[in-house]
Amino acid sequence: MQSEHPPGPGFPRSQPADDVRTILDDTGIRRALMRIAHEIFERNNELENLYLVAIPNGGIPLARVLAANLKQIADVEPTVGILDTTLYRDDLATTSERPMLRLTEMPSAVDDRTVVLVDDVVKSGRTIRAAMDALMDFGRPKIVQVVGLVDRGHRELPIKLDYVGKNVPTSPDEIVHLHGNDGDPSSALEVVVSSGPADEGHVSERSPA
Amino acid sequence: MIGRDLIGIEDLDRGDIERILDTAERMREVGNRVVKKVPTLRGRTIVNLFFEASTRTRASFEIAGKRLSADVVNFSPSSSSLKKSESILDTARTLDAMDPDLVVVRHAVAGVPKRIADVLYAPVVNAGDGAHEHPTQALLDMLTVRQVKERIEGLTVTIVGDILHSRVARSNIHGFLKMGAEVRIAAPPPMIPAGIESLGVKVFTSLRDALSGADVVMALRIQNERLTGSYVPSIREYSATFGIDRAKLHYAKDDVIVMHPGPVNRGVELSHELTDDRPSVILDQVRNGVAIRMAVLYLFAGRAPRSDLGELD
Repeated sequence: MQSEHPPGPGFPRSQPADDVRTILDDTGIRRALMRIAHEIFERNNELENLYLVAIPNGGIPLARVLAANLKQIADVEPTVGILDTTLYRDDLATTSERPMLRLTEMPSAVDDRTVVLVDDVVKSGRTIRAAMDALMDFGRPKIVQVVGLVDRGHRELPIKLDYVGKNVPTSPDEIVHLHGNDGDPSSALEVVVSSGPADEGHVSERSPA
Repeated sequence: MIGRDLIGIEDLDRGDIERILDTAERMREVGNRVVKKVPTLRGRTIVNLFFEASTRTRASFEIAGKRLSADVVNFSPSSSSLKKSESILDTARTLDAMDPDLVVVRHAVAGVPKRIADVLYAPVVNAGDGAHEHPTQALLDMLTVRQVKERIEGLTVTIVGDILHSRVARSNIHGFLKMGAEVRIAAPPPMIPAGIESLGVKVFTSLRDALSGADVVMALRIQNERLTGSYVPSIREYSATFGIDRAKLHYAKDDVIVMHPGPVNRGVELSHELTDDRPSVILDQVRNGVAIRMAVLYLFAGRAPRSDLGELD
């Protein structure tokens, strides 16, 4: 299966835009999220303090699955919030088209909470930087950790992930998406890579092939 | 997509309006936070250039700019340079030379914001010009309707009052029609502009007929000087015929909402009780006003410089 073989450094870039490969299928994503839930359980003593903060859109279904897993493993029900980072982006001065804003829904303050940021694809680290700045506007968390389902490398800021689903070496100009319905954690998820133009971390509404 | 300036709703298409409303819906969340500030326009300068007195709209733009971390400068030339007979365009050019990222303009004469936009490097947002347009008011009205009714398309919106002199009415007529609503206007005949039907509105001189089946009733402010002129015989007569109260609302749908751009002449356009209580949504309109202006500043201020503007003199 092609998804078992992430592209190496010599991967050809001149493929057509509709060439889309799955690098993590639904089963793989759910296994990774179960393992990460165990790791969160292992590393944090005060789980009743846990606050999962999803970065939209891709982080939303992942945070919901993680919450369900933690309920199953540790019988805790972490708070789940959604935090858009668009208003905190560092490239707003240099782009002429304003990006669309996404949902922010923080049900409670983050003071003294163990906050776990959840993102689908991490590359430069700039989104995580923006998310941390946004988070601080909601209070002073006790500790902040980061989940990245896919770590592409190519970091531009000193950001380290605490929990990684899968390390996927990609070429910098390839596009890596989480596909899946961001409202329903039980719908099928997959991470695909393509060479076509799109936003990093964009969640497509269409169902996976 | 959205142009460089925001002069009127007439210039926008439905997609532009929806983009602004969607953005404002997200901005509303910032206003619900303990720390009501995001760094989005940090280091940007917004000038409120108000040639005509306004407290509410100016405060709304100022709060919106500050919530986005912009530096907001209020400039009311009526009290300073215009007395030294500096022309409007000279004043605007002087401000432009201070490199603002956006200029908000209000003026009592229709067309002035457009004239200013034509000579400025900075983008211009119209905050009301004469009887022409007041685009951010119409946008906040549409946002309020969409928030309460969860849609705009297919609704019946009745605008009551001095349509002839109202930029709020004109912007709302354009906006609600573009969004697929039925727009009715009701007013004493002297307050109905000639040929207004050509925009696609239904014109009524009977309030009862205009309210029949309405989802939204929007009362306009009557300027006192118009009440003593030849437009209506008296305040009492206007209020009895076109003032909205609970009894008249029975003609409309059961879940009708009542709107007013403010400030309300209590007991004239709206009864006292309707000014304060549901189904009026006047304070929701004010709250949404800040969100709309945040959205407009976000979408129009400080984008990458226009390359096609050419040399400015």
